[in-house]
Amino acid sequence: MPQSQGHTDRAFEQDLHTLRQKLLAMGGTVEERLAQAVRAITERDEALARHVESHDAEIDRLELEIDELCRRILALRQPAASDLRLITTALKIVTDLERCGDLAVNIAERARDLASAPEMPPPPDLQRLATLAQQQMSRALDAFVAGSDEQAAEVLSGDELLDALYLKIFNELLGLMMEDTRYIRRATCLMSIAKHLERVGDHAMNVAEMIIYMVRGTDVRHSYKRTGQG
Amino acid sequence: MTSAFTEGPRPKLQAKGLTVRYGRKTAVDDVSLDLGDRQVTALIGPSGCGKSTFLRALNRMNDLIPGATHEGAVLLDGQNIFERELDPVDLRRRVGMVFQRSNPFPKSIYENVAYGLRVGGVRDRAVLDRQVERSLTAAALWDEVRDRLDESALALSGGQQQRLCIARALAVEPEVLLMDEPASALDPIATAKIEELVHELKTRYTIVIVTHNMQQAARVSDVTAFFYMGELVEIGPTERMFTAPRERRTEDYVTGKFG
Amino acid sequence: MKRSRRVRDHLLVGLTAMAVVVILGMLALILFDVVRGGLGRLSWRFLTAAPEQGMTEGGIFPAIYGTAIMTLLMTVAVMPVGVTTAVYLHEYAPPGSKLAALVRIAVNNLAGVPSIVFGLFGLGFLVQFVGGGMDRLFNGGELRWGQPALIWASLTLAVLTLPVVIVSTEEALRAVPKDHRMASLALGATKSQTLWRVVLPGALPGILTGAVLAVSRGAGEVAPILFTGAAYYLPDLPHGLSGQFMHLGYHIYVLATQSPDVDATLPLLYSTVLVLLMLTFTLNLTAVAIRARTRRRAGAAAH
Repeated sequence: MPQSQGHTDRAFEQDLHTLRQKLLAMGGTVEERLAQAVRAITERDEALARHVESHDAEIDRLELEIDELCRRILALRQPAASDLRLITTALKIVTDLERCGDLAVNIAERARDLASAPEMPPPPDLQRLATLAQQQMSRALDAFVAGSDEQAAEVLSGDELLDALYLKIFNELLGLMMEDTRYIRRATCLMSIAKHLERVGDHAMNVAEMIIYMVRGTDVRHSYKRTGQG
Repeated sequence: MTSAFTEGPRPKLQAKGLTVRYGRKTAVDDVSLDLGDRQVTALIGPSGCGKSTFLRALNRMNDLIPGATHEGAVLLDGQNIFERELDPVDLRRRVGMVFQRSNPFPKSIYENVAYGLRVGGVRDRAVLDRQVERSLTAAALWDEVRDRLDESALALSGGQQQRLCIARALAVEPEVLLMDEPASALDPIATAKIEELVHELKTRYTIVIVTHNMQQAARVSDVTAFFYMGELVEIGPTERMFTAPRERRTEDYVTGKFG
Repeated sequence: MKRSRRVRDHLLVGLTAMAVVVILGMLALILFDVVRGGLGRLSWRFLTAAPEQGMTEGGIFPAIYGTAIMTLLMTVAVMPVGVTTAVYLHEYAPPGSKLAALVRIAVNNLAGVPSIVFGLFGLGFLVQFVGGGMDRLFNGGELRWGQPALIWASLTLAVLTLPVVIVSTEEALRAVPKDHRMASLALGATKSQTLWRVVLPGALPGILTGAVLAVSRGAGEVAPILFTGAAYYLPDLPHGLSGQFMHLGYHIYVLATQSPDVDATLPLLYSTVLVLLMLTFTLNLTAVAIRARTRRRAGAAAH
């Protein structure tokens, strides 16, 4: 009985390999942009922010390539079972990754606004939120690489903390704005950034849910309550 | 090892520990499965996996192969078809068969369809006429041949001949229809017509279809059973079998890693 | 290298052509000789009148009639036996059956027996034993069946042509596709129903070919009927099965070897030969036609 000898159709095997490579490349790029955008805030680095904004096209390009590849595989290879689940997963997470790329750009834009305004130390929780959001995304992508539904499930359980953190930051900043109206502009900026980071966390969740489907074959989306509305 | 699939409608045919041997070679090894009433069950698997032998056991056509022996039972509505009291000739009127290559008799279209009825003792011309029309209609062939029923069946195209064979099988009003790769010799359009026919027929008949074309199994069946080397590896709702099969061997076959 | 291959090719073509020429040439010679010698005497009267004046006048109608009747009886006798034997061998005998193997050996050997031996068999067994026995049983010893007769000649020839029928029928049965049998059985027909409604009708052209082959062989054989029923000069037609009859082949033999007046009977001989040849050709052409039709049908069935 043959054990994972790969598909009889070598070209198909090659296509699937390419697909995985591209997805990982896209994930890695998105992670990098997010890290850069967050650094642009803490280091008030306008140049870095602009770098993130101008390189979004790269991520969009990858999305188009992956979509095209998936369509081709669907049309030509009639994938079934695990292969089919891989393709449908790829199609979905590519959307989430591309949105995260857009969110990185948004964060970078806010970073530039902050850099051009007088310095205001960001709440420490914001750094924690940023780290957590990036971690969530990173873990979701690791779960994809490992094909592990357990790792993906961990991402799902980590979202509660992320949402709680966001709520805390929101209230802090609200308090700050009510105290001193001079902070309103900058605080609003920081609120935006926190919102964006919370959205990154949501996207990481989506990716994790799709990984679980890909591995187990059961669709767990919308089947449990999410916390935090913001 | 074998999952007897018993959800859904009550089973029309049940195999219980069926083993079929040709001489010393085991073609079907201890297979138990249920075939749901008025469902389409597809049997898939690589060449030589025993699916055709299993199909032939259901109407005892294996009896005609010298050296074929069997163990176990097959129940039709609860009665074992291998019992001495049950005449295989009667069984074959209840369980009809359509073959891989269409094999109409070198007779007229009318006589082909009426054949099963005539050997069953029906002589009344009115009854024969009515049954011929009904069967040809059920096989989606009536409109094409109504004006030339007395012409030779061999003048029809390949796809039409296969539908004629289906009509011929339906004329005796079986309860179960066994189809052994019925469209493998046909072009895509003729194949599509046969598949559509299967869709219509399943409201009235229990259908078991052997196919080596997985996409066809996916299109046409409600339940799919995967055979490998004489064993029943897995059986389940077709959608699940093709999106998330439980057995590793099924997964490998369905994704094209072997076979 | 190439040149010698071309030479070899041409040589082969040349040899084959020569063989064809020789064969056609011989046939042409025979035909020419016969037609030239026999056409003169051929007339409607020749074909329809009885012989007169010691075979120098009149016609050979009784011989034509005798040949036809004998052939008919032979066919009626051989076909049922031959077909049922072939059906048994092909459809019913279990594989490895000793009986079937025995029957096949018998048939093969029968095919190799020289025709004169059949004649002796006909004389010893049919005429003397069976015929004599019948006379003792039914006629109180009076000689009626225990002598050369139409029926014994026909039966002797039936035995002679039996292998031909059996082999042709088996071929024909084999040619019926297994698919058709399967389809019939799958529709709930019994084996005998399948045989009657599908297999035999499908094999019919082949069986007919076998019949025609048997007929054309039987009509021409002379040795088996030498002592079992043929006679030389019978102006009246045979009445009943127990009488003797005239026969074209036998007639030619006698005319050629035992005629008292060779010159007078020579034209007669030629004409008789011509008639016999025409008869044989017609029979063979019929066989070819049937075979051609069979092949066309088989071609249509093998889609």
